[in-house]
Amino acid sequence: MHELGIATNIIETIASQAGRFGGGRPAKVGLRIGDLSGVDRDALDFCFQALVSDSELAPLELEIERIPHRRRCEPCGREFEVDVNRFDASCPACGNLHTDSVTGYELEIAYVEVEDR
Amino acid sequence: MKRVPVQQKVLKENDRIAMELRRLFARRGVLALNLISSPGSGKTSLLEQTLQRLPGDIRASVLTGDIATDNDAMRLARFGSARQITTGGSCHLDAKMVESALAGVTAGQLDILFIENVGNLVCPAGFDLGEDAKVVVLSVTEGDDKPLKYPNIFVRSEVMILNKIDLLPHVPFDIDTVYANAQKIHPGIEMIRTSCTTGEGIEHWLAWLRRRLERVRSRPAAS
Repeated sequence: MHELGIATNIIETIASQAGRFGGGRPAKVGLRIGDLSGVDRDALDFCFQALVSDSELAPLELEIERIPHRRRCEPCGREFEVDVNRFDASCPACGNLHTDSVTGYELEIAYVEVEDR
Repeated sequence: MKRVPVQQKVLKENDRIAMELRRLFARRGVLALNLISSPGSGKTSLLEQTLQRLPGDIRASVLTGDIATDNDAMRLARFGSARQITTGGSCHLDAKMVESALAGVTAGQLDILFIENVGNLVCPAGFDLGEDAKVVVLSVTEGDDKPLKYPNIFVRSEVMILNKIDLLPHVPFDIDTVYANAQKIHPGIEMIRTSCTTGEGIEHWLAWLRRRLERVRSRPAAS
């Protein structure tokens, strides 16, 4: 349960970027969260809303884009998605185990939507 | 409504400190390892054995993380240099905690820094501590499907220590199954079997440490 700390980091980042919002009020924060980021999206949303609700940032929506874990096979070049609930890093095309991670570790703030003044 | 791109990692500050630590370790030729496991898998016992049996020419120190108590540092201090990080509730170590704790350790020369994370197979995975490698410790009483259940940590660990192998006759745990499961998550992950009770396999772990240390020493130091 480190989602509370993650949520705090997000709010601090928004505060630190306030100068870029042209004086408008942030209404939505867009996150990119990879399947291997170790972050529970529901728990993060819960913690985020708990922190925001009593603050001057309220109301502030969190929009989370889930980034699947994708790998690329070194020998055959095939790129494929890995279901982390049935994790198998081997290439579905040629069965080779030499596959490299392409996406899935993301834990990023992508954008902030700001209300027009 | 207008959209302002931010494109910033949420753990940017942690990653920044971790990179500083990584450069510091590289400069000093220190092998830093982040040991992660569930509570009770035997991380501290493994480190007790390690500190006792490491050859005298390898100087090691341990930073050991727990939510509360300094029990582990007290245990380890009997065998070598150890310092407790008490997180006060946090479920993982972060780079800042390591940086602060290091202030008391880096005096003098050091070859291997063991960072014993808080017992937790989930949260520590996402926090870079500036380590050269993550080491996951799994004990045979935990079940051979753990790699499938906690892929995040196995995908990021270079080596899996399979501990408490002296208990294999008493538990339904299959070594081939756990190895196959770990390979599915992380093709090429190394597996070292140990028992901290009988001492079996510790020599393989020590050999791995020596190989990794030689790699650290042979690489050009970061500027």
